[in-house]
Amino acid sequence: MINTFVGNLGHLMTIVAFVSALVTAYAYVQYFRANEIEKASWRRFSRISFYIHTASTVMIAFSLFEIIYNHRYEYFYAYSHSSKALPVHYMISSFWEGQEGAFILWAFWNVILGVILIQTNKFWEAPVMVVFALVQAFLISMIMGVVIGDLKIGSSPFMLLRDATQAPIFQLNPDFVPEDGTGLNPLLQNIWMVIHPPTLFLGYASTLVPFAFLIGGLVTKKYSEWIRPALPWAIFSAMILGMGIIMGAYWAYVTLNFGGYWNWDPVENAVYVPWLILVASIHTMITFKKSATALKTSIVLVILSFILVLYATFLVRSGVLGDASVHSFTDLGLSGQLLIYMLFFLVIAVFLAARAWKHIPTSEKEASVYSREFWIFLGAVTLGLMAFQVILPTSIPAWNALVESFGGISNMAPPANQVEFYTKFQLWFAVAIALLTSVGQFFWWQKIDKKALKDALVTPYIVSVLISAAIIVLAKVYDWKYIIIVLAGTFTIVANAVILMKILKKSTFKLAGGSLAHIGLGLILIGIMFSSGYSDVISINMSGLTYSNSWEDEMNKEHVLLWINKPTQMKDYTVIYRGRQKKVVGVNEYVPAKLLESTGKVNEAIALADFKDHFKKGDVVKIVLEENDYFKIDYLQNETLKFSLSPMSQFNAGMGGLISSPDSKIYLNKDLYTYVAAMNDSEDPEWKEDETYEATPGEQFYIADFVTYFDGAEVLKEVDGYQLQEGDIAVKAKLRILDYDVEKSIEPTFIIRNNQIGKLPVIDTELGIKVSLENILPEQNKFVFKVNQYQKDYVVMKAIVKPYINVLWIGTIIMLIGFTVAIFRRFDEFQKMRDKGLE
Amino acid sequence: MKKGHIIGLGIIAIAIVIIMTSIGDASSYENFKTAWEMKEGGEDKSIHVVGQLKKDATGQVTGLEVREDKTSFTFLLIDNEGTEQKVFYNEPVPADFQRSEQVVVIGSYREKEIFVADKILMKCPSKYQETDVKAAGM
Repeated sequence: MINTFVGNLGHLMTIVAFVSALVTAYAYVQYFRANEIEKASWRRFSRISFYIHTASTVMIAFSLFEIIYNHRYEYFYAYSHSSKALPVHYMISSFWEGQEGAFILWAFWNVILGVILIQTNKFWEAPVMVVFALVQAFLISMIMGVVIGDLKIGSSPFMLLRDATQAPIFQLNPDFVPEDGTGLNPLLQNIWMVIHPPTLFLGYASTLVPFAFLIGGLVTKKYSEWIRPALPWAIFSAMILGMGIIMGAYWAYVTLNFGGYWNWDPVENAVYVPWLILVASIHTMITFKKSATALKTSIVLVILSFILVLYATFLVRSGVLGDASVHSFTDLGLSGQLLIYMLFFLVIAVFLAARAWKHIPTSEKEASVYSREFWIFLGAVTLGLMAFQVILPTSIPAWNALVESFGGISNMAPPANQVEFYTKFQLWFAVAIALLTSVGQFFWWQKIDKKALKDALVTPYIVSVLISAAIIVLAKVYDWKYIIIVLAGTFTIVANAVILMKILKKSTFKLAGGSLAHIGLGLILIGIMFSSGYSDVISINMSGLTYSNSWEDEMNKEHVLLWINKPTQMKDYTVIYRGRQKKVVGVNEYVPAKLLESTGKVNEAIALADFKDHFKKGDVVKIVLEENDYFKIDYLQNETLKFSLSPMSQFNAGMGGLISSPDSKIYLNKDLYTYVAAMNDSEDPEWKEDETYEATPGEQFYIADFVTYFDGAEVLKEVDGYQLQEGDIAVKAKLRILDYDVEKSIEPTFIIRNNQIGKLPVIDTELGIKVSLENILPEQNKFVFKVNQYQKDYVVMKAIVKPYINVLWIGTIIMLIGFTVAIFRRFDEFQKMRDKGLE
Repeated sequence: MKKGHIIGLGIIAIAIVIIMTSIGDASSYENFKTAWEMKEGGEDKSIHVVGQLKKDATGQVTGLEVREDKTSFTFLLIDNEGTEQKVFYNEPVPADFQRSEQVVVIGSYREKEIFVADKILMKCPSKYQETDVKAAGM
């Protein structure tokens, strides 16, 4: 029976949330304008209105989760994003797999932030909350799903399946509820999908806070005071957004087979660019607090970072990127709405800023080369140029769409080799940033002239040159470009470490945020240089065979074909593919797939043999995501097993093919990264024609190139899965088949009942053979076997060594710690001022 | 000249360099005819060609030849102008390849007979368009 209650509840809450957002905006405007007598009551009303909005937003989220959690497949969202086999934490991922869920997540973070701002601010509450409420109205409108005439506003996640699709089944039975959903995209069945999107969306949501303070400042003519409350939030936002980006990169690295952590994909770029601008704005805001310069730049950057987040959302979710991105988002018809959302705030911000422009205080005096303002400004400019260089080509599809909407034709395409294209610029910008941070930090902490600067820099310079020389020699960095990166990175680390030491000696840890973040940056730079620049594909085909004797052989084959059990040489290793494995609930290691046979129920199998102490033959076991195959790849050196990797792959017809997830051997100084690029499809084998063999017990012969021993036959008293009757004769032939170092026992059975012959053939999917005992010729003491071949199991895989990738991860962690320290310091400053009643 | 002006000019100069290289390095959407003309004209840049896999009367993809070591393959692509072209791709066959409705190849001509793709983008029938609820549901 269809449950329409939850959907209606969700839908109702969406409307309540939308209306209450508008009411809140109106009420806060009134509160802001009201005189002293009425102020208190307007404030109460505004807050109640916002709390109603908060409650309804939470209820929207609750309703959607209820639908997914209780497997209500009558709803399109649950049907298309989840399935019964999903454990609870992946149901959470299902929640935000769809775009509607992502918008709900975003709105959810906004209300949380809104509540915190109401609690922590006095003066700023009204103007800030007006902006918040308006943003919320736009966000909620994305999931409204209201159709007025031809106009469709939003796409509701509470739509019933029968309304969303035109499946013929619904004409026969409108109350039809599918048994199961189509499942969560397997790529997203990963712990990172549970935590990455909320982090990223919190980052997105929090860019609103500095923007709202700025708009508040412009409206209330407090052109510079908004900086103090906005600053800790800007740093918070940069920290969370940065963390979201890194999680995304790490996720891509550990579960997606893109071959790396960063690919300059449009969707990645769309988050990277606002982050750069946000970081630039933090720096100019800090400069302003210290020396009353760079206010206008700060205003522009804060507006830009907020608008760029909306622009990123537009690019990613409007479908305009089309086939330019590996992250595919379907066009839900929201592009117009997203565009209005973005333009609305852009126009308002530009209008308010332009109106206030000539009243905004600027510093008349020219910044000296020996002032921190100068260096920080250069840094902000470099960050801005970095962002510009990325956003420009990323916008090519949007540009094409724009030209086409005016009837023109544009056949521009994004650069063919994105990694090479972006790296070419970003690398040198990053080197410039690294050098600026080290010099800038010295200016930051003391007034300095030419001579003092020289004295301050000379020691770190010498130390870093020495360290760099050691790195270059030990790690064999001989490319001049990479040498420069090592130098710049080390200099950043050393110079900032010197500053850090001084700070710690003189004052508190609270001031250490900046230098910590910059040390992180230096480490990140060096880590990226090594892991990407010296990334080494070791799965180069070294079979020595040429296949076509043409130019094709000149091309590097970066994959190797591994037949099961066959040792293959790969750089320093001998690798052997050992077969498929499954994950079983309660077993802390992979279980060979050949020991398990599906019971027909989801994620359930029966054990065909004992497996260590974990289960016995005949036990029913639970499988973790049965579609997943883990391919056991043994790595050997000098004929001893060093380690095994188990990259995952699943053949998922619904999602369009092979879904792979790498597995890495992690060393302190490098990762060995392995993933499956193609595999044998043994689902529905096309058996080749019959081959017949005759053998006497004890004989050795060949079955399809395999050395086979016929050890004899045995009369059976009972047969698995078969009821023997009085007078039946059952005979089992014992064959041993050798495949390299593996010995397999294959035992086909032959049953005679009332002169009828029954054959129980044995299929070995690993070897790709089917063997049946066809006949027994007692006079000749011969057994007749019929063999059909298919294909031996294989994988095509790629293996890459990524040196010093841990330096990158350590660098990001240090940078995030630096941000966190800075948040506490700036929030503390704000609180002190607020409690003095100044703000 | 004030420092501000120098910085301003520097920014403008770098911005122009960025814009020019972006335009210069940007690829373009072509068909096989124009792509071959570019190649003959000495232009070796990687370009995008949008097309569909060649299918026989029963809707099966034809002309897919996988190399013996399974690490590369060739296939026949028909661009939007109807030109048929053999394309080589130095990677294993992506699993969803044969199901794709549209294929974008990014690469260049090696010789008239063979277009070498450095990268392939596929557009697969989206699950959102799935009308066959039965298959998954019952």
